[in-house]
Amino acid sequence: MDNREVLVDIKNLRTFFYTEDGVVPAVDGIDLTIHQGEVVGLVGESGCGKSVTALSIMRLIPDPPGKIVGGEIFFHGEDLLKKSNEEMRLIRGDKISMIFQEPMTSLNPVYTIGDQISEAITLHQKINAVEAKKRTIEMLHLVGIPEPERRYSQYPHEMSGGMRQRVMIAMALSCNPDLLISDEATTALDVTIQAQILDLMRGLQKKLGMAILIITHNLAVVAEMADTINIAYAGKIVESATAREIFKSPRHPYTYGLLQSIPKFTEKRTSEPLPAIEGMVPSPYHMPKGCSFNPRCPFATEKCREEEPELVELAPGHMVRCFHPIES
Amino acid sequence: MAEEMVEITKKRQKKSSEDYTYVGMVFHRLTRHKLAMAGAAMLIVILLFVFVGPLIWRADPNAQIEGIEGMFNAPSKAHPLGTDDYGRDVLARMFFGGRISLFIGFVSAISSTMIGAIVGLVAGYYGGWVDNLLMRFTDAMLSMPTFPLLIALSSVIGKGVSQIILVIIVFGWMQDARLVRGMALSLKEQEYVEAARAIGASANRIMWRHLFPNTLAVLIVSTTIGIGSAIIYEASISFLGFGVQAPFASWGNMLQNAQQFIWKAPRLIIYPGLAIFMTVLGFNFFGDGLRDAIDPKLKL
Repeated sequence: MDNREVLVDIKNLRTFFYTEDGVVPAVDGIDLTIHQGEVVGLVGESGCGKSVTALSIMRLIPDPPGKIVGGEIFFHGEDLLKKSNEEMRLIRGDKISMIFQEPMTSLNPVYTIGDQISEAITLHQKINAVEAKKRTIEMLHLVGIPEPERRYSQYPHEMSGGMRQRVMIAMALSCNPDLLISDEATTALDVTIQAQILDLMRGLQKKLGMAILIITHNLAVVAEMADTINIAYAGKIVESATAREIFKSPRHPYTYGLLQSIPKFTEKRTSEPLPAIEGMVPSPYHMPKGCSFNPRCPFATEKCREEEPELVELAPGHMVRCFHPIES
Repeated sequence: MAEEMVEITKKRQKKSSEDYTYVGMVFHRLTRHKLAMAGAAMLIVILLFVFVGPLIWRADPNAQIEGIEGMFNAPSKAHPLGTDDYGRDVLARMFFGGRISLFIGFVSAISSTMIGAIVGLVAGYYGGWVDNLLMRFTDAMLSMPTFPLLIALSSVIGKGVSQIILVIIVFGWMQDARLVRGMALSLKEQEYVEAARAIGASANRIMWRHLFPNTLAVLIVSTTIGIGSAIIYEASISFLGFGVQAPFASWGNMLQNAQQFIWKAPRLIIYPGLAIFMTVLGFNFFGDGLRDAIDPKLKL
């Protein structure tokens, strides 16, 4: 895994939101590495900073109120945070592209889907309208839309959610990006459509070889697709390892709790309720002192309430932010 | 029974294919809107009157019949609507005056809507200090007493068709700016705008390609109603003597001219007055109907 070239290297990213009620450290020191052609999962509860991390990579944080206050995001060895807005605009959609959660509203209702995919192509490539149309139809075909020539001139309201998400994927991949960010791209879809879209993404990844950053709150989504998984909690990465490692031997109590709360079909049915992680995600205005997970952690000690743990490598490639990691 | 069902399904399918496109749906709803159709009928009559009329009744609007016997002639075969105080054919003057009034209405309403759209889009999209600056300027323009300023401005820049258009634009764009700004504020939070940013679209591109077309439906309605009020403005300015200058006719200056003879020849006031009334009413009815037709939430 590590012999592949590093594509994205996020170091200590900090993105804060300055609201009327105070400062919200939505992302507070996230470290993340994505190698070329690697599928990386970023998993966490709502409000743990997953989407903000994605938007920070794209430099699309709404400012105000948001601001990237610290850290570095290296992409192909260059710090994206030092790029001008114009340079960033040329990277977006070309080298890094993104698909969003709501396929129903992510397409402009007044243009045909063909127009919208062509727009993405002509924004970054010097080709004429005929070639752009040809490429668009190719892309529609690639993402498994039947009758691409007819679909080309249809409007978004004439398509289903799953079809629209395919269109979004076609648009995102139309310029052969090195990195595709999928921000909860399957969350709003039916489970069957979800599986189809995931299959499609996996197939396209194999075919085109781009890296994918999958952002989700659903461990099952990344379980099958991701090479490495990063677990985020309260704006920080708490555990990072290969997908296998995470599922086989979770070391952070939070990861362990998440896995415990998934119903298992293989186990015998018991009358015991499904274990859940006690408590709530801390309010971003009142982060607990020490480890941010300590109020909910069954293993928390005095040290956890006083000091903040660092991300340490417990096994090769397995990083954990905990004073009392669970033994493997 | 089964055949009946097939028949019903067919009917439904036919109907849904009629509503297939947005434009088709709006047109369909518009044709069912009685008031809009009444407005459209009025407008068609006016347009025919103004553009086809002169082809049938070929009289020079500015030719005068010399002498006292030419003045204030009652309607007759030679002059279907009679003559005015200079012995000019009133019907011909109504045709050409109508053309000028409609021209002023169209040009100034469309231009002021465009300016309003630009100001509103820029303010709404960028927000922050840009928004503040533009909207406070708009507020300032709105809080000016329009009419005295209109007159003052026309007396400074002169009298004539292009001057009137300019004056109406200067005082006519603010409502549209507010309207578009409001829409831009909500539209820019839409996910397709974020998606457009994510494919690397520039701010200009997002404003004009992604936001503007989404405001178009409302702007068309606003322009339609704007044409009516621009014609009223023209009439008012001309009525006060700052508008279209003699010998050229406009419905407004025909009214102004006629007021001196209100007791002697009241028909000279009635003709242009009625024409303005019908045109503005027609545009307002049609605009209202259009607004109802483009609102998908409204059952018609």
